Amino acid sequence: MTFVLAHLNYWVVVVLMMIGLYIVVSRGNLIKKIVGLNIFQTSVFLLYISLAKVAGGTAPIADERFTVYANPLPHVLILTAIVVGVATTSLGLALVVRIREAYGTIEEDEIDLQDDEE
Amino acid sequence: MIAPHLPALQVVLPLIAAPLCVLTFNGRLAWLLALLVSWAAFAISVALLLQVLAAGEPITYALGGWPPPWGIEYRVDILNVFVLLIVSAIGAVVLLYAYRSVEREIAPDRQHLFYAMYVLCLTGLLGITITGDAFNIFVFLEISSLSTYALIAMGRRRKALTAAFQYLILGTIGATFYLIGIGLLYMVTGTLNLVDLNQRLADVQDARAVLVAFSFVTVGIALKLALFPLHLWLPNAYAFAPSAVSAFIAATATKVSVYVMLRLVYGVFGVDFAFGAEPLGMVLFVPALIAVFAGSLVAIFQINIKRMLAYSSVAQIGYIVLGLSLATQTALLAAVVHLFNHALMKGALFCVLGCIFYRIGSVRIEQMAGIAREMPWTMAGFVVAGLSLIGVPLTAGFISKWYLVQAALEQGYWPLAVAILLAAPLALIYVWRVIEAAYLQPVPAGREPVREAPLVMLIPTWILVLANVYFGIETSLTVENANRAAALLLHGSW
Repeated sequence: MTFVLAHLNYWVVVVLMMIGLYIVVSRGNLIKKIVGLNIFQTSVFLLYISLAKVAGGTAPIADERFTVYANPLPHVLILTAIVVGVATTSLGLALVVRIREAYGTIEEDEIDLQDDEE
Repeated sequence: MIAPHLPALQVVLPLIAAPLCVLTFNGRLAWLLALLVSWAAFAISVALLLQVLAAGEPITYALGGWPPPWGIEYRVDILNVFVLLIVSAIGAVVLLYAYRSVEREIAPDRQHLFYAMYVLCLTGLLGITITGDAFNIFVFLEISSLSTYALIAMGRRRKALTAAFQYLILGTIGATFYLIGIGLLYMVTGTLNLVDLNQRLADVQDARAVLVAFSFVTVGIALKLALFPLHLWLPNAYAFAPSAVSAFIAATATKVSVYVMLRLVYGVFGVDFAFGAEPLGMVLFVPALIAVFAGSLVAIFQINIKRMLAYSSVAQIGYIVLGLSLATQTALLAAVVHLFNHALMKGALFCVLGCIFYRIGSVRIEQMAGIAREMPWTMAGFVVAGLSLIGVPLTAGFISKWYLVQAALEQGYWPLAVAILLAAPLALIYVWRVIEAAYLQPVPAGREPVREAPLVMLIPTWILVLANVYFGIETSLTVENANRAAALLLHGSW
């Protein structure tokens, strides 16, 4: 039990990661796929933030009263990854809009059906 | 004065050109700008190759003056300068070709955006190759991937949209896997610089986090390079993208991912860890061998010829990964040479199909019947590049297969050598189907008579076709440098 509690954020990361991947694989609705992808990516953001934590450390802002800081580098890295995630989501959603215009549906099986008829 | 800054310019020039292309609001102007920048990038990669050969050791460039490992380091050695050369060369030649093709396939108000995406994609591919920082690889990977999704979605048929969406989902999963792996490596070592990572990993090889990181990174990159069975995104993406995009990404995108795999497996984790302590050799060998046969067999039954070439790419990537998985000097030489040669073959073949699509508006085999009588030069290009794909002597394809068979024999894996030889006739079958249709069958009823493709498309196509012949006869550039690159991967210097 203490093993689970001591690594609680890592357990959350793993659970979120699995939920996200499962949604991407199992759902046929394109919007839901993107939602799953977002959950998956968010779990990785949490992983990075978790590993930046230094026991007893404060926020990485220079101040005379503190000597132990959290590692700011993963924060910066993940800021970049969040930007990438936003770009991916917006491009994905834009594609879904155009797929809806072209096919009249955003359900994967209905799209496949229409493609087979061509 | 400018020479020390070439590594930065290699990436920065196309990066700046991308927003400028958007601002032109004019297809022709954007094309001229993109063309200028892509040829400049090619010139820079040639200059870098000469610099690296003269120096005999890696050139490092500290971005913004921050010394590595704190800042991002660009590190040019014989392996990645070789990849830079082929990527920028294909990028420049295909762009020359793209003008007429894009004029036909992309709406006029979107052409400048097309070229912006194209140079952005080039930026990403060159960036992945030149950087010496693991996180920087992720950023450039996403720059190239995002622009590729947008480029594929510009295809004329609506299937291009679903192909792009599928690639977006799988590509993002692959890149995120890579990101997880890099995060775990940073957790254990506290660094992201590739050289630094390699040194620090030597002390912590037994940590479970390193093993998990290794698995995530390998699977993530295998998805990006379309190793069987992770290739599902590739056939539709290549088949439904605009012609110029197919030619560009088929020749470069997967090759750059192969480079990342080579760099991480050999340059970061190291041969002893990946092939000694962990069974990476077997894990890659089996899917690669299946890819060679399954890819070729499926290619034989395709009606859409672009799709056929896409499955052929899955098979050819199998050959490259086979070389990678054997981890000997000759095998790595074969992998690196094939990386270069396959880019030339697929670039040439997709350019040929672009020419045909430009005239008849289709790349289906029944529509291509008898086309050789009307487009003799285009189809002659297909024949020569097709021979190279099969691996006939005096073409580039022969050189890489020759070294791969030698590598198998050196190790005493003669069944593998036999298997590689047996796979060649499969390529012969699918190439022959097209040749048979184009040369021997009558023109289908209802197809309008067509003319030869325009010269501005034919010349770039033939540059790539002749390169296939040139590098099949004169191998000093490819084989010698690949040999050096293999030595670098195995022993850390060349």
